[in-house]
Amino acid sequence: MAIDCLVLGAGQEIGKSCVVVTINGKRIMFDCGMHMGCDDHNRYPDFSLVSKSGDFDNAISCIIITHFHMDHVGALPYFTEVCGYNGPIYMSYPTKALSPLMLEDYRRVMVDRRGEDELFTTAHIANCMKKVIAIDLKQTIQVDEDLQIRAYYAGHVLGAVMVYAKVGDAAIVYTGDYNMTTDRHLGAAKIDRLQLDLLISESTYATTIRGSKYPREREFLQAVHKCVAGGGKALIPSFALGRAQELCMLLDDYWERMNIKVPIYFSSGLTIQANMYYKMLISWTSQNVKEKHNTHNPFDFKNVKDFDRSLIHAPGPCVLFATPGMLCAGFSLEVFKHWAPSPLNLVALPGYSVAGTVGHKLMSGKPTTVDLYNGTKVDVRCKIHQVAFSPHTDAKGIMDLTKFLSPKNVVLVHGEKPSMMILKDKITSELDIPCFVPANGETVSVASTTYIKANASDMFLKSCSSPNFKFSNSTQLRVTDQRTADGVLVIEKSKKAKIVHQDEVSEVLHEKNHVVSLAYCCPVKVKGESDNDADLIKQLSEKILKTVSGAQIHESENCLQIGSFKGTLCLKDKCVHRRDISSSSEAVVFFCCNWSAADLELGWEVINVMKQNI
Amino acid sequence: MKLTCLSKGDGFHYPPCHMLNLCGFRILIDCPLDLSAIKIFSPVISCVASEASKYPSDESLDAQNPIQKKHKLERQLTFADLVCEEPWYKTVKPLHLWDASFIDIVLISNPMGLLGLPFLTQNPGFSAKIYMTEATAKIGQLMMEDLVSMHAEFRCFHGPDNSSFPGWIKNLDREQVPALLKKVVFGESGDDLGSWMRLYSLDDIESCMKKVQAVKFAEEVCYNGTLIIKALSSGLDIGACNWLINGPNGSLSYVSDSIFVSHHARNFDFHGLKGTDVLIYSDFSSLQSAEVTENGCISPDPDNNYISTTSSDNKDSLLNTEDSLEEMEKLEFICSCAAESADAGGSTLITITRIGIVLQLLELMSNSLESSSLKVPIFVISSVAEELLAYTNTIPEWLCEQQQEKLISGEPSFGHLKFIKDKKIHLFPAIHSPNLITSWQEPCIIFAPHWSLRLGPSVQLLQRWRGDPKSLLVLEDGISSGLGLLPFRPIAMKILQCSFLSGIRLQKLPTLLSVLQPKIVLVPDAVNQRINFAAMKTISILNYFENKTLRVPRIADNPSVEITTDLASKLSWRKLRQRENFGIARLKGGLLMEDGKHRLVSGLEQEESSGKARPLRHWGSVAPESLLDALLKIGIKGSLEQSIGETGSDDNSIIHIANPSSGLIEVSEMGTAIITDDENVASQVFQAIDGILDGI
Repeated sequence: MAIDCLVLGAGQEIGKSCVVVTINGKRIMFDCGMHMGCDDHNRYPDFSLVSKSGDFDNAISCIIITHFHMDHVGALPYFTEVCGYNGPIYMSYPTKALSPLMLEDYRRVMVDRRGEDELFTTAHIANCMKKVIAIDLKQTIQVDEDLQIRAYYAGHVLGAVMVYAKVGDAAIVYTGDYNMTTDRHLGAAKIDRLQLDLLISESTYATTIRGSKYPREREFLQAVHKCVAGGGKALIPSFALGRAQELCMLLDDYWERMNIKVPIYFSSGLTIQANMYYKMLISWTSQNVKEKHNTHNPFDFKNVKDFDRSLIHAPGPCVLFATPGMLCAGFSLEVFKHWAPSPLNLVALPGYSVAGTVGHKLMSGKPTTVDLYNGTKVDVRCKIHQVAFSPHTDAKGIMDLTKFLSPKNVVLVHGEKPSMMILKDKITSELDIPCFVPANGETVSVASTTYIKANASDMFLKSCSSPNFKFSNSTQLRVTDQRTADGVLVIEKSKKAKIVHQDEVSEVLHEKNHVVSLAYCCPVKVKGESDNDADLIKQLSEKILKTVSGAQIHESENCLQIGSFKGTLCLKDKCVHRRDISSSSEAVVFFCCNWSAADLELGWEVINVMKQNI
Repeated sequence: MKLTCLSKGDGFHYPPCHMLNLCGFRILIDCPLDLSAIKIFSPVISCVASEASKYPSDESLDAQNPIQKKHKLERQLTFADLVCEEPWYKTVKPLHLWDASFIDIVLISNPMGLLGLPFLTQNPGFSAKIYMTEATAKIGQLMMEDLVSMHAEFRCFHGPDNSSFPGWIKNLDREQVPALLKKVVFGESGDDLGSWMRLYSLDDIESCMKKVQAVKFAEEVCYNGTLIIKALSSGLDIGACNWLINGPNGSLSYVSDSIFVSHHARNFDFHGLKGTDVLIYSDFSSLQSAEVTENGCISPDPDNNYISTTSSDNKDSLLNTEDSLEEMEKLEFICSCAAESADAGGSTLITITRIGIVLQLLELMSNSLESSSLKVPIFVISSVAEELLAYTNTIPEWLCEQQQEKLISGEPSFGHLKFIKDKKIHLFPAIHSPNLITSWQEPCIIFAPHWSLRLGPSVQLLQRWRGDPKSLLVLEDGISSGLGLLPFRPIAMKILQCSFLSGIRLQKLPTLLSVLQPKIVLVPDAVNQRINFAAMKTISILNYFENKTLRVPRIADNPSVEITTDLASKLSWRKLRQRENFGIARLKGGLLMEDGKHRLVSGLEQEESSGKARPLRHWGSVAPESLLDALLKIGIKGSLEQSIGETGSDDNSIIHIANPSSGLIEVSEMGTAIITDDENVASQVFQAIDGILDGI
């Protein structure tokens, strides 16, 4: 049995996350994202690799979307409505609620403002979302008879999950994007210790190790504060959900504390409405936020107002959250065009900017002019601040998670190739786990766990529940407990395997037991004239104890027992078990001994001791 | 498996309580409080009028007709009979007979089943793992806190009393105390005394809740590696659940009061309970509803006493919305009654505290008031109202599909949020809240606990309006009879007594069982009497009784053991000479209990002493001739001597060996004995025998 992991997107790159994993015949698509930096057909994952005929319903058992970012959900309406996938789709409750907003926002930006052909329509989004089944954290979902999935908290954005999938005995986890530290409004990723054959992890920050984020939060606040204090306008391009709420919580709190009266604007009603969702989905935020919630909902921002287009040229300082992020198009880009030439102003770029966007150009180097998409150039004299805290885990977090889960294999996706290679080496060398970094379109195959199942008899289970220690000291004392060795696995053709206790084997086979034992009537020369049998037994057992290690001797009136070995004082004149009796006149006592073949060595050891006389 | 039904409970507010013994673990299911028992206590009423109205009647009785004194025992209960002390609370009696420290697991199915838990966790020896859904934990905690805060009023009134034995019980043991009262206090059999407890404190609640592990619906939690426990929605109320327990010896489902189609909570998730080995049916609601048909305006349809199994086992009949529509009609009826009395200038007091009902009523009521011209404020008076109502709008995952749709479209789950903002609904923590006085307006509609009419703001409000025939009192089922309204009589208010669906209708049970297909069903004796299970041949039905232990035999196959492939490949297989289609191997490794399964994994590999694994068990028979041949091959000569058995037994052969050293071999049907003093010869002979026999 094997697990095949086909990477359709986000292989050695960031964008259009899409991984198709085949576990014991079940095929699961994790994420169905769109590449924000591409304008051509490369924007979508190459679905033809999944099914040439386009019969996706039979090719894929289910789709699971980890969170609502465009590079994880962006291609979903296209896949369901244009490619025609009709099977089940799973998302967490927040993702289901928020994805349509993100998709619609993006669609509008692309169509209305950039004038592109429609990739999918509003109706597509609505139809697509109807097929989505919402799931809760840790809820175990039986997709079909064999396939089981479960979501764990990932902390990256509201509703982000890691997904556990299990078919038969094989299990994997796909992390999506995750964050191993608590941030302003979300908790850290949380997962059970699972037995995994494969872990597919993001690796956005495969080599970065970040310290505390508080200094960077302070930097951001000071940069914004300095800008508005100087009468400038601060532009924070961000997507409607996630960063916007986190930064806004930060600013709202700071404004309150510093008693700043400069207005904070949200660019569209959309984000205000998004806050409504956040209020309802408060149980998906961090513990800290949840505790505060009893008295005041932290997503009720006090200083936030709606932005109007006319305010772009209004005098005076302000802070503006504008969509979309990365300055890739739309309103945020339009505002940027107007505000960038003034040195008083500030552009704070939160999070990661995909290559090809204006945001990316601003972050890499200090350009004085920037080309916009339609060929116009803009002078950039404003300050650029990169908000350097990110909801992605750092390299340490990835290592921690991998170590914690200890999967049999690791696949890295969603990262940049050079740093992924470094992380791969680290995982292979430090954790000794095979690690793969497939490119788009490549498949990684790993072996999967299977168990052989057998019905166990009660006698076996009972014997296993009581300890069965054995002591041996050849060189040093060794204690072993081989209670399972009493069990015997019996396989009969075309029948289910059975586990029975060794005493039951013959019964299962319909055979009669045949006991192979050894016997010998051993002469023991007694020096002293002791008539007392009990004394004799005692002397013997003391002697045996000295030579035979770990022997447990049971003495009784006229016999002694060690394991299956039993020696009894033999009073017969002529015992059949007696051999070669050199009828010396010395006082000889006979011990009639017998022991089973299992204690072959033990028996001879004892006999040898006896022969040495007393 | 053993099941002991500790209490069959009494309706929605007093769910049943069971003790289950499964795989050697002791599992307590639910720990409720019998809150209806506090009816024997007198509420804190500041009004003298009520008492005055009682005494004249008493006195006149004495004075006028001495003969009637005899009948005093059977006289009408009066207000004065109620116990005027700080109330104690009645818990599940047989639970005290169990040692709390021996309980391994506590499963709480709904918030009502949580109310008695602090009494149990107070016990210093208590160490069980407690599971309940997150919503149950939150709502249950709020309910307990509310109970404590309402109880505080009694504390203020009666002063602190720290005696460990309640003095009031002594007074109740007298002859002239009405039988009804005695029955509540001492129980049917007269030994309920030990079940009365002084109420816990906020600290007790807190420390109790700290021990709770809250779960989501369908989350699998593993207890001790052995039992996998899963909560599945029961539809009764927000967060209420049934339980599915999987263990190595089979699966078990516990079905408590369940509602197939709910208008607020998630529907009864019965698909998840399919095909278990044992199903414990613990829905007693059908027994209650059939009895009560009082003066109440709304009464349930009388159940047919004998319901035969319907052959149509389609699930649609389970999910038909008839019941839920009926429930909606009841709610609408309450709304219209309230509107009517408001129209006439009367106020409405709603003492229903079932959270789902309250939420729906609030929404319906506000909507209907808005659409009408009535300007009537709605007050919700409870110490936890604000938190509870805020909470219900942040838990879309726990609600029914219609409410989840609202999440998708960005609306709050329940409409009360908007009305609170618009100042149509006012929330107050207590009746003496200063803001209440300023915004007070009559007529009004008030939601106030407690349904027992002994605690909370409902007492004062009832006292205020009881003489007003225009006002309306909305009660839960069964309160108006007996002691319930006693302190408030004579009462001129209109009374609307409502019974809501709180479980599976008996007619649906056969269909449900035929869908679920459990192998064994445990049903309460009383349910079995009313249903003809004869048509269900494939399912075996066992009856259980309150306070009796029912032992259920194991029906599952032998437990399965999973062997890892790498270990299996290391096993040394033996082919059998006699039987070719068998393969046997001795096991290695260690046996673990993981995720409810026995698992054999490669453990610390025991260095088997130089690897000479010798068969320890043999079977088959040894023919003396073939043994002689085999011995000859390894250079041992022997001669055969036929049975000279002293006992005259048959087929005893003896082989004498002379070379290389002397010895003999006794061969019989049962076994073979090697008799020699030469170690080498012995092991050689053993090898030869081993070559003839099959062994392991």
